[in-house]
Amino acid sequence: MEIKKISDYIWEIPTTEKEGMLVPARIYATEKLLREMDAGVFEQVTNVACLPGIQKYAYCMPDGHWGYGFPIGGVAAFSKEDGVISPGGIGFDINCGMRLIRTDLTVSEVAPRIRELVNLLFETVPAGVGSKGLVKLSVEEFKRVMTCGVDWCIEKGYGWEEDRERIEENGCIPGADPSKISEKAISRGIAQLGTLGSGNHYLEIQIATPDKIFDKAAAKALGIFENQVLVMVHCGSRGFGHQVATDYLRVFDAAMRKYGITVRDRELACAPFNSPEGQDYFKAMKCAANVAFANRQVIVHRIRQGFGRIFGREPEDMGMHIIYDVAHNVAKLEVHEVDGVEKELIVHRKGSTRCFGPGRREVPEIYRNIGQPVIVGGSMETGSYLLVGTEKAMKETFGSTMHGSGRTMSRTKAKHEVRGTELKKKMEEAGIIVKAVSMSGLAEEAGFAYKNISEVVETMELAGISRKVVELKPIGNIKG
Amino acid sequence: MPYRYLEDIATADAAFEVEGKTLEELFRDAAIATFEVMADTGTVKPEVTREIELENEDVDNLLFDWLSELVYLKDAESLIFSRFDVNIRKNDAYKLKATVSGEPINQREHSLRSDVKAVTYHMFEVKKTGENWTARVVLDI
Repeated sequence: MEIKKISDYIWEIPTTEKEGMLVPARIYATEKLLREMDAGVFEQVTNVACLPGIQKYAYCMPDGHWGYGFPIGGVAAFSKEDGVISPGGIGFDINCGMRLIRTDLTVSEVAPRIRELVNLLFETVPAGVGSKGLVKLSVEEFKRVMTCGVDWCIEKGYGWEEDRERIEENGCIPGADPSKISEKAISRGIAQLGTLGSGNHYLEIQIATPDKIFDKAAAKALGIFENQVLVMVHCGSRGFGHQVATDYLRVFDAAMRKYGITVRDRELACAPFNSPEGQDYFKAMKCAANVAFANRQVIVHRIRQGFGRIFGREPEDMGMHIIYDVAHNVAKLEVHEVDGVEKELIVHRKGSTRCFGPGRREVPEIYRNIGQPVIVGGSMETGSYLLVGTEKAMKETFGSTMHGSGRTMSRTKAKHEVRGTELKKKMEEAGIIVKAVSMSGLAEEAGFAYKNISEVVETMELAGISRKVVELKPIGNIKG
Repeated sequence: MPYRYLEDIATADAAFEVEGKTLEELFRDAAIATFEVMADTGTVKPEVTREIELENEDVDNLLFDWLSELVYLKDAESLIFSRFDVNIRKNDAYKLKATVSGEPINQREHSLRSDVKAVTYHMFEVKKTGENWTARVVLDI
């Protein structure tokens, strides 16, 4: 496959590579990361470049790896008028995302109680296969969660008024329509609000070590200080979103014939954005996105309660503000410049994060001068990053950057390399207290199964797309 | 073993290939492979049963619906299954009738693994090769 070097961090596959490519594919990576990417990425990103109405480029971020349909790390924007929407470009876990909460506590205050804290949060934030949440909902109430998202949580006492503005889309995407949701999706998700799930999802207690604060001014604006304790949450819409995606994958599989669209992979099933199927899915997807925002909000409530119990102080008194919440599996209508003209586009991000630059009205006022906060989750052993978006991202990548470090090793292989109990011991020796439902699930998430997150984050820093503010080191981890 | 996990497809997920002399065997073993991703099914007793009936013109969509239905029941009823008695008849369409058995999920009793979010169409395939049926499935984790 012909891969042209555009710069040290951008690689391009021209439209001549594959019949049907409407735009070139662009991969953000260092030469080393590019070499290490699995061949599936190049196949998939060029398949995406064939989808009707795609604008500028089909992108893959440096954390990219072989997914289903779209690569993980994929970004693709389609014309609102004559483009498509594809559930495969969003993923089954609709609005899987990251949330970061700050505290006024320092590591010396938290370290002596860390085991207790991890044990308590493990009890109050259910995780693992089949886990149920502690919030009981009627169907009517669940439908309100779908339409109101975080607003519902705040109304019910699961959040603070100020939380809303510190969440992408204010924690509620307008236009969600529960009439587009199946009964199955409702019965699958109704008991799961406030649960973490499994796989690579986690709740992590982290610290900001002085040597890892890269931008002091931005750190201050985001409420970060040296030796501070923070909490990061990675999870999504749970069974509800998975069922919505499954339901519509079947709908789209059939709709393809109706609209005469052919794709190279059944997982790329798509329909015109302006078709009944496309609009129904978009409205259902918003329901799932809002449920995911609410899910992370209920978890934040439990975290605040947990810290309150352990430290005997009010969460407000401990400065437990949300820093931000990003969605990394979602499609949204956004205005971007294409060939000098502002256009409304349906931007798909699958394992990639919005990273709008300073000044955009979507960025909360408190952060508008520094750019949108971006939370990038690393493996549970290596650490995570808080970044901000740039103006250059708006011009180059539809305001998008990576979402994590990206896997390089299969789950089966990771389990052959290490046993969960061994890994738990090793992590504890390294100062990370772990509590997991499944020991084999823990082994699957070992640090060596992932790319080096610093290398991935550095790529987008050097490419000028997102800027590092702080790297966060884990001291406690809860997993499904 | 009638199924084997594929290591190098969809890095972050789980893929398997399954083979059976009959469609019933194929569907049963695909279900076992799916639940083995989530738990050691040897720790799950067949105490609770559910009946499943499905119909589809295409055998591949029938398998997709079958596995999706089981994944759905896992969350909706918080059940994990270990035994699958499957009956499939073909007239105009394929008709599936199955009795599945398992237990309510118990994190202390069951050796749990990774949750399956969904069955995907990625490289999804059901075919008859000679006397045997084979299928390839990628599950989203």
